[in-house]
Amino acid sequence: MSLDLKYTYTEKKDTRSGFGDGFLEAGRKNPNVVGLCADLIGSLKMGDFQKEFPDRFFQTGIAEANMIGLAAGMALGGKIPFAGTFANFATGRVYDQIRQSVAYSDKNVKICASHAGLTLGEDGATHQILEDLGMMKMLPHMTVINPCDYNQTKAATLAIAEYEGPVYLRFGRPSWPIFTPANQKFEIGKAWKMIDGKDVTIFATGHLVWEAVVAEAMLREEGIHAEVINIHTIKPLDTEAILESVKKTGCAVSAEEHQLNGGLGDSIAQTLIRHNPAPLEYVGVNDSFGESGTPTQLLEKYGLNAENIVKAAKRALARK
Amino acid sequence: MKKQSLPELQKICSQLRRDVLRMVHAVQSGHPGAPLGCAEYFVALYFDQLHHNPDFQMNGKGEDLFFLSNGHLSAGWYSVLARSGYFPVAELKTFRKLNSRLQGHPATHEHLPGIRIASGSLGQGLSVALGVAQTKKLDKDNSLVHILMGDGELQEGQVWEAAMYAAHYGMDNVIATVDYNGQQIDGPTVKIMDLKNLKSKWEAFGWEVIETKEGNDLAAVIAGLEKAKSLTRKGKPILNLLYTEMGYGVDFMVGTHKWHGSPPNDEQLALALGQLEETLGDY
Repeated sequence: MSLDLKYTYTEKKDTRSGFGDGFLEAGRKNPNVVGLCADLIGSLKMGDFQKEFPDRFFQTGIAEANMIGLAAGMALGGKIPFAGTFANFATGRVYDQIRQSVAYSDKNVKICASHAGLTLGEDGATHQILEDLGMMKMLPHMTVINPCDYNQTKAATLAIAEYEGPVYLRFGRPSWPIFTPANQKFEIGKAWKMIDGKDVTIFATGHLVWEAVVAEAMLREEGIHAEVINIHTIKPLDTEAILESVKKTGCAVSAEEHQLNGGLGDSIAQTLIRHNPAPLEYVGVNDSFGESGTPTQLLEKYGLNAENIVKAAKRALARK
Repeated sequence: MKKQSLPELQKICSQLRRDVLRMVHAVQSGHPGAPLGCAEYFVALYFDQLHHNPDFQMNGKGEDLFFLSNGHLSAGWYSVLARSGYFPVAELKTFRKLNSRLQGHPATHEHLPGIRIASGSLGQGLSVALGVAQTKKLDKDNSLVHILMGDGELQEGQVWEAAMYAAHYGMDNVIATVDYNGQQIDGPTVKIMDLKNLKSKWEAFGWEVIETKEGNDLAAVIAGLEKAKSLTRKGKPILNLLYTEMGYGVDFMVGTHKWHGSPPNDEQLALALGQLEETLGDY
């Protein structure tokens, strides 16, 4: 790679492993942490916890609705349940259970959702949920987190164990660059300015933060200085950081592995339109389902990779 | 709580029924039929069976807990909670009104003592009850978890997910009661979606099933719950099929789905209250 990247990596790993390792560590720190999984222990990387704390781990079988209710019950009894399954089954399939038994009832349940977005890859559209962030952010009381790499996912997992309240934690399947520091401090609701810039702000979340880092280097080669902000917490949104950055750059791009309808871009647009109307271009899936393919192929086909972020940044700049 | 005699408990049943009817009449909305049918069950639980503490703690450690999965029975539950000291009886008059803690369906959002989870969207309560029961096992807490479900509610698939879990994990600290009144909002369950043989269904799912055939006979209800308790701690979850009559206690309401979700008018209320003695003082 000839690009002059501001962040680099030596290793790739899946974010779900960051979750699995963080979950084990959270379990060691706090005996009240318990786990539940609906027949996807291996896929969710919950096996190490299960092995070390068999009494605190509950295989629920393929029954996600029951799993959410169990977790709500455990939470009201004083436990800190982490309920894991694929993001599709952790949201759409159990929306009403989450709404009534977790969010409305304000239960300290951690909904841990893997294999989110297009980068799930070959399994195809049945499993590639692209609506989960929207569904979850609409629920009152719910905190919604979408970290970008192994290290950040591990840090986020540890942070939500210490936070009291319902949380939706989204992560994924593909092997992905590890470009943020190990043992970082994760502050829920606090956006992280990763790269300073003056011309355009790129607000990215999840796997697309890496694409944003690459896009920044590509833009810099053309003399455009982009600011890159890692929005790991979709809700509560760090509106202060968003407004401060756009006040300086005057235009922005949102980048997410999610539908444009109801995603991060929508939340940023709401913030800008109320306080500082400025050009905003979106990178995300435009009202369509995904399909089978490799993560790289899918990000390219659906317009979610670094090249697309570059194009969106130029469109935003042109509207300034 | 000091145990009360059967006649004393019967007086509470009568008062609960008056409360329910007056509550739904006052706002001309709500569900009178099923709570009228479950008055004996509610009173047997809160005034005889549960080791509970009206000085409410959310986590319920060391206490027997009750969950109402069929949340539309809220008027009956609120009455028995108020009458057993969880909150002032006078607060019953706020039922379903703006800014009340007594929401149409039970909720924790307004912090009403006695309520630990929202219910109303059916089929979710058994899972929640099992979660708490699992926590009690983890914490070596020997108290029990009770839950009430409607029979129509058993048409929800989540109930059977939970039923499977309970048997698999040997949740023998749970007593689930089914309000077996044979009615649901659109008509008799046999016509809407026949439940067929519930006893063998639950047994096939690995539960210990008892039948309380006289669910509106207070002594029989207590005896049934005692029997259920005696079967706990033996490796299996307990299912109590409670045969009740929807609308019990009021002659023109009994045995029909018509009063599932309809309030009485002024005249009907007067007629109904004439059949139910005011024993503890109306709110």
